[in-house]
Amino acid sequence: MVNASDVRAAFKYKTAELVVATITFVLGTIVMYDNWRIGAGWAEDGPQTGYFPFYVGALIVIGSIANFISGLRMSAEENGTFVEVGQLKLVLSVLVPSIVYVALVGLLGIYLPSIIYIGFFMRWLGKYAWSKLAAVSFGTAAFFYVIFEIWFLVPLPKGPVEALLGLD
Amino acid sequence: MADSFFSLMDGFAIALSLKNVLLMFAGVILGVIIGVLPGLGGANGVAILLPLTFTMAQQPGGQTSAIILLSCIYWGALFGGAITSILFNIPGEPWSVATTFDGYPLGQKGRAGEALTAAFTSSFIGAFVAILVVTFLSPIVANFALAFGPPEFFSVYLLTFCAFVGMNKEAPFKTVVAMMIGFALSAVGTDTVTGTLRMTFGTESLLSGFDFLVVVIGLFGIGEILQTLEEGLEFKGTKAKINLRVVLSTWAELPKYWMTSIRSSVIGCFMGIVPGGATPASFMAYGVARRTSRDGEKFGTGQVEGVVAPETAAHAAGTSALLPMLTLGVPGSPTAAVLLGGLLIWGLEPGPLLFVEQKDFVWGLIASMYLGNIAGLIVVLTCVPLFAAILRIPFSVIAPVIIVICAIGAYTVHNSEFDIYLMVLFGVVGYLFKKLSYPLAPLVLAVVLGDRTESSFRQAMLASQGDLSIFFSNFLVGGITTLALVLLLMPLYGIVKNKLRAAEQ
Repeated sequence: MVNASDVRAAFKYKTAELVVATITFVLGTIVMYDNWRIGAGWAEDGPQTGYFPFYVGALIVIGSIANFISGLRMSAEENGTFVEVGQLKLVLSVLVPSIVYVALVGLLGIYLPSIIYIGFFMRWLGKYAWSKLAAVSFGTAAFFYVIFEIWFLVPLPKGPVEALLGLD
Repeated sequence: MADSFFSLMDGFAIALSLKNVLLMFAGVILGVIIGVLPGLGGANGVAILLPLTFTMAQQPGGQTSAIILLSCIYWGALFGGAITSILFNIPGEPWSVATTFDGYPLGQKGRAGEALTAAFTSSFIGAFVAILVVTFLSPIVANFALAFGPPEFFSVYLLTFCAFVGMNKEAPFKTVVAMMIGFALSAVGTDTVTGTLRMTFGTESLLSGFDFLVVVIGLFGIGEILQTLEEGLEFKGTKAKINLRVVLSTWAELPKYWMTSIRSSVIGCFMGIVPGGATPASFMAYGVARRTSRDGEKFGTGQVEGVVAPETAAHAAGTSALLPMLTLGVPGSPTAAVLLGGLLIWGLEPGPLLFVEQKDFVWGLIASMYLGNIAGLIVVLTCVPLFAAILRIPFSVIAPVIIVICAIGAYTVHNSEFDIYLMVLFGVVGYLFKKLSYPLAPLVLAVVLGDRTESSFRQAMLASQGDLSIFFSNFLVGGITTLALVLLLMPLYGIVKNKLRAAEQ
């Protein structure tokens, strides 16, 4: 699976540091803005609602600027590979299906997407036989159904399929 | 002292009921599995299982059973980290990184059984020393803290958070940013004092704010899985068998390292009580052992002593982290923070009053710490091959199952699908933050303690009419505040010193 292009750097540390510092900077300004809006000063009876979080936002902004500067001043030898192309591919190959999975959970409940998700994973990355794949994915779903719904009486999200089967 | 002893005996009576002993073993076994699996550590393992205790905690005595279950998961996870370090060179938990240095070479030489026995036994000893400290020191601390008012509590929180900045010398501003993001997250939602909405931006999903359990599951669970993936899809490990002969011969060897054990226990207890945590404690103990040992140069090639030191310290720190959690309501580690969150959800108020009003709960828990660690030692010594087999399940099977578990855990916190989306978002944040060495522990602690920190600050400000000098108004609060500020400025001192030294040369 490893070839020459896979060990090439997808991102270097400097890029990653600067991007993250920029994001935290934006977050900090949003926090400051919104708390300034609701009042970050002193009222007759003490600190206003936004007082404490406003300064929290201010510290995020200050810290982000400091991190951005130290990112800029990073020397060439410190600026190694943040993530290799091959590693990024692997990470995305889990992250993207996971995002699809959680989106499906909102629509179809937890059980069906979990079965599809585990099955997809085993087939795609593990190249398992269909029989094994069905055993693990259905087994996992059944296991959680018994533990949560029956044993601990904690309801999990269900969708149209469960309603059709009368499990709702 | 005598008081503590009698209270402890009452605690044993509670902890030794059949139900609680069964829960103890169940917790330890679950905990070891959680500790062995990538993506399921102590903090998010406890976070995922916390919702299952909601109904349990409503029965009489149920809160004690619930904390016994969860704390035993924590002990189990502490034990489990050593297994993966020694057999697979993968630290299952951050605090077992130092264990890999000598543990894995020992395994390679075919001495895995010895390494594991040494690791488990020294874990047990470290924990035992820490529990003794908790037993006899916590009533004193709690008694002392009974006189605390809002300014004192705020100064203790301040000390906790400043300590994070002071201890992490690498990048103080990263610690500040991570911590403040935690505070900002905890402030989202309805302000409990005035009822004003903060930072909800008109969305309904944010009205109740961010739940720390979802944050923990995302940061530690999904984040860790993404990071583990970079290493590839397969784990290659050595086989291990532990039989009675190996255990006994290792035990015969261990007393040689008594000085290392004592030193590591002390380091561990200290780092656990001040919010340093198990991870730096294990590194520190390893470093000290290497410097003081007669076989110091051989460290890293497979020395039993190099396993004893970090394991003792990690367990001592992990255990003593519960002392400030129970007595002051200030957890010393992310997992202790999750346990504290559990206490709050069950309707218990951690802090000095807990020792007065909930004696059964506190002493039941402390007694269960003794018993839970004995249960843990028995379980890990007898079941190592079983747990190692779990890691041989291919990643393409275990990874999706763990993500499903995390999703279920995030959902059950508030029965909300939105929390599952947040979990994935925090997973990405956790992955990036870990790779860029933004510390996650202060972030989690800030999410858990944010509301309490803010309300103690506001109450103090109300009392003083907005005068900040209230934090220096008497010897006690002034002392704690000064100490906090000193810790906060410590990285600055380091920078100045380096600059001066560079200028001299």
